[in-house]
Amino acid sequence: MIRILDAGPQTTVQDLGRTGQMRYGIPPSGPVDRFAFVLANRLVGNADTAAALECTLIGPRFEIASAGTIAVTGADMPVTVNGQRAAGWRTIAVKAGDIVKLGPARTGVRSYVGVAGGLDVPLVLGSRSTYLRGRVGGVEGRALRKGDELRLLPSRPVKPRHVEPRAIPDYTGEPTVRAVLGPQADRFTAEGLEALFGGRYEVLPQSDRMGSRLRGPRIAHARGHDIVSDGIALGSIQVPGDGQPIVLLVDRQSTGGYTKAATICSCDIWRVGQARPGQSLRFHQIGVDEAHRLFREADRALEAAVREEIA
Amino acid sequence: MRFLPAGDLAVCVELGEEISVEVNTRVRALEFLIQQKGLTGVVETVPAYSSLLVYYDPRAVGFEPLCAAIAELVPQATTAVLPPPRTVELPCCYDDPELGFDLAAAAERLELARDDLVRLHAGADYLVYFIGFTPGLPYMTGMPERINIPRLDTPRTKTPPGSVGIGGIQCCIYSVESPGGFWILGRTPVPLYDPTASEPTLLRPGDRVRFRQIDRAEFDSIGAAVAARAYRPVIA
Repeated sequence: MIRILDAGPQTTVQDLGRTGQMRYGIPPSGPVDRFAFVLANRLVGNADTAAALECTLIGPRFEIASAGTIAVTGADMPVTVNGQRAAGWRTIAVKAGDIVKLGPARTGVRSYVGVAGGLDVPLVLGSRSTYLRGRVGGVEGRALRKGDELRLLPSRPVKPRHVEPRAIPDYTGEPTVRAVLGPQADRFTAEGLEALFGGRYEVLPQSDRMGSRLRGPRIAHARGHDIVSDGIALGSIQVPGDGQPIVLLVDRQSTGGYTKAATICSCDIWRVGQARPGQSLRFHQIGVDEAHRLFREADRALEAAVREEIA
Repeated sequence: MRFLPAGDLAVCVELGEEISVEVNTRVRALEFLIQQKGLTGVVETVPAYSSLLVYYDPRAVGFEPLCAAIAELVPQATTAVLPPPRTVELPCCYDDPELGFDLAAAAERLELARDDLVRLHAGADYLVYFIGFTPGLPYMTGMPERINIPRLDTPRTKTPPGSVGIGGIQCCIYSVESPGGFWILGRTPVPLYDPTASEPTLLRPGDRVRFRQIDRAEFDSIGAAVAARAYRPVIA
């Protein structure tokens, strides 16, 4: 079990998310940065589907109730165990009574705490993920708070592991995210699409798990910004009448009536989710075949990222 | 018919660009066929007015083969393949200004007696085109033309869940507390979304919805039964 002593501004339980509920208006939820999330689980020997913590900007402080293994990945939040510095992106052996603390993120937005066995919260509609607006999943459908106690599922002994240094992402600078044109690219002017793929877009503070709001060169519509409502895919770049894009993420509304100029590739969603307010992004257009090649490449990168340490 | 890529994990299958029962029925029939045939690589589907968003796993199927497999099903996607629709009865209390707080103003705007507005609204048969935007919220058709009404000039910031409203040609039932521009005629005590229930959402795409007029006393007693988990919605 782990006991939350300080929750941080928004720490939630997430697994890989819900499937099959969007036709009822319930989004998938799950981690915004799937890459870092999966690595946190793999480090501690869990299945990719195990539930872990997603921490936002400032991490939590929690107490370990029984010996085990944890790993912290994602945003660079300084980790301490009983006040002693510990490294991210590798297994950390912990014992009963240890106090683990994640400080404010120096780079990135979201970090993940994987715990050997995985967090044992009830499955709701097949998932342990928290959907905050819908008040389902995780702990009572809400962000964690002081005093919450999270049980763990049984685990096997974990060998020390780490993520290869070259596989650790850099969350600083101005990331380029790749996107496929459409579904409503024909609703924009050529100049509007040139602006999208040529300009810099700054992340605004109003961004959350539902979507990242961006500000940059106006993406002009050719004819009207409203469409007959349709389904909204992960990474949709939705452009309302003001010409400013909103990238829709894991807690997005299932359908909507605004035009979507392009859709960010799944392998680059984490770049959006880890960009802090004030940081800028650029978009690069690719085709569906290229996006699928990148998808497989990202899978392989994930397979090769974790190394077992030789004692 | 158009296949519009929506990134690397989804394709939007557009069967039309208009809002009509005819095209929406084809969308729902296509969804049904895709699920029934267990089309390779399909992960999840989301119907809307005139399009179906199909999520897929690119490890299992490529874009072109998936579109080809869906295109093959489209000619069969007619009302004939759909199972008979469910009819869901929603009790609705209109005659309490605390619940139907825009009823009087809407009646005045429509130049109708309050009772006539209620009769027209409650007497219609509604069809759920799809569920979206917030958990369990139905996009419905079937509202009588006589009670089409422009949306509120100033949308309210909070509308209680269960509120039944009209705006434009639409009838809306709020599933969670949300902002909105609909004229609220009444409220149903039956939750469309209950995050603590084993099946949190009540309505499904293709459902028929009928409102049944109830008084405040029945509203309260159904509300109490819902809270005690003793209420079963009337579904035929």
